[in-house]
Amino acid sequence: MSEKIALFGGVYSNYLALEATIQDAGKRGAQALYCLGDLGAFGPHPDRVFPLLREYRIPVVQGNYDHSIGNGLDDCQCGYTDPRDNYFARISYRYTFAHTSEENRRWLKQLPPTIRLQLGPFRVLLCHGSPRKMNEFLWESTTPTHFLEKLCEDYHADIICATHTGIHWQRALSGNRRFVNVGAIGRPANDGRTDVWYTMLTVEGDRLKVEFIPVDYDYERLAHEMRREGLPEEFVETILTGWWTTCLEVLPAKERRRGRF
Amino acid sequence: MPAVQESNVCSKLGNARKKPDRFPLVRLEALDNLWFQVSGTLCNIACEHCFISCSPTNHSFEFMTLEQVRGYLEESVRLGVKEYYFTGGEPFMNRQILDILELTLQYGPATVLTNGMLLRPKVVERLAEIEARSIYSLEIRLSLDGYTEEMNDAIRGKGVFQKAMAGMKRLVEHGFLPIITVAKTWDDAQDEVVLEGFLKMLRANGYQRPRIKILPSLRIGREAARSHGYQEYEYVSEEMLEGYDVNNLICANSRIATSKGVYVCPILIEAPDAWLANSLSESAAIGYRLRHQACFTCYLFGSICSNFVSVGRNV
Repeated sequence: MSEKIALFGGVYSNYLALEATIQDAGKRGAQALYCLGDLGAFGPHPDRVFPLLREYRIPVVQGNYDHSIGNGLDDCQCGYTDPRDNYFARISYRYTFAHTSEENRRWLKQLPPTIRLQLGPFRVLLCHGSPRKMNEFLWESTTPTHFLEKLCEDYHADIICATHTGIHWQRALSGNRRFVNVGAIGRPANDGRTDVWYTMLTVEGDRLKVEFIPVDYDYERLAHEMRREGLPEEFVETILTGWWTTCLEVLPAKERRRGRF
Repeated sequence: MPAVQESNVCSKLGNARKKPDRFPLVRLEALDNLWFQVSGTLCNIACEHCFISCSPTNHSFEFMTLEQVRGYLEESVRLGVKEYYFTGGEPFMNRQILDILELTLQYGPATVLTNGMLLRPKVVERLAEIEARSIYSLEIRLSLDGYTEEMNDAIRGKGVFQKAMAGMKRLVEHGFLPIITVAKTWDDAQDEVVLEGFLKMLRANGYQRPRIKILPSLRIGREAARSHGYQEYEYVSEEMLEGYDVNNLICANSRIATSKGVYVCPILIEAPDAWLANSLSESAAIGYRLRHQACFTCYLFGSICSNFVSVGRNV
């Protein structure tokens, strides 16, 4: 008998993509869904995400955005130094903070930083950035295999799943272990397509299958709502084109080159 | 340039008006960044603001060999190093640098800090090949200290701007997105003007998506003579570290391998007490007391040596 779970991160207030992801994962036979954090930022109407997560009983790991909004901090803790990145990050943060209800903020505050599961023979560890730090970026082109092996050993896990960067990738490790960055459903993956991505893990015996699944959703409606809420046109452009336009400073060379900006 | 934890830092600086009696001890949290003083203290130029007085004749540290680097790379696997950085002096003066980078990119991502003057066509072609073959990023950090020839060459030397720009253009033509690294030598009020100046100049020279990193000046080495040096009380005290995320300090997440062994950080290799051990593992077990004034700059700005603060403030 196989076990199948769906994982997603970086909702960024994109409740339309969240709905579409839940439907898609259900159709594909996912037995459970997990969210790896960052519910707010970027998109419109942050409070619309919470009822969906509650209705479908989706466990949520705390992301840095959730931690910031939940604790009323000054910024998202992404650590930008570029003035342009900071400018847009601030707009996004202020909007999200102002439109997240007090009840939802309290809920964000109490989210756990990690979740552990057993999937067949695999010990699975879900986190936001990395198991050691909520806001650590693990990009494909700057994360050595030996570093991931050490994380698995240090944190007693066979499969580590993270998000935070917004671009999905995976790496096979020794001893049938695996690292998976599950991607984000809140905005496209800087690949020039409007779909967003989530991840399906299937375990059969000691065989693990990792699939990255693109989700088509009503991005035009999202863009329309973002404009109506007065969110920056730069954000809308990303939703409509699939290319990132802001917060590019954190991208390493290879990932940056694949994008347009 | 935003300082880390501004409010936190400022409140503590109010009391810091004398040299502390005891300097705080910082232990390595994790060896995330391994640096290599790959061209020693040898450089083809002698910048006015160099914090380790590198020059064509400074042999206090020699070139590292491919075999020396290999030894440290192998040792780094067990320690879980995340990024490798190459500095000098000028790394491209080392004749083995391309082989060294090729080898490193089998282990993880590599970054080279260069003045860009020795990036001849064949060198850049080979760099592009090496980069394309690896799953890891190769970052080139190219130093420029002005967006005009006049502004840059006043600090870096006559003729440097033209040669560095030729290197930059070649990198861009080969698909690289070099990080233009600028040591800050102007007042805060000029920040926007200078940044705009760089962006405009880089775009006009064919670099359409410029990446820029601005570094605070380190008032030691030749820079101490150029600027005013540090005030006598500008040290890090134990009190200043209370509630401060020590991961902002280079010595909490980095070490530097040189031709003479492992030192605590890339800034302090000329300080007699900065030598820690011959091996990485031994050096990782040794804490360091922040007894230097350059530590004060590191404390204020945080992780000044990394490409980007990939591990943000403690959450």
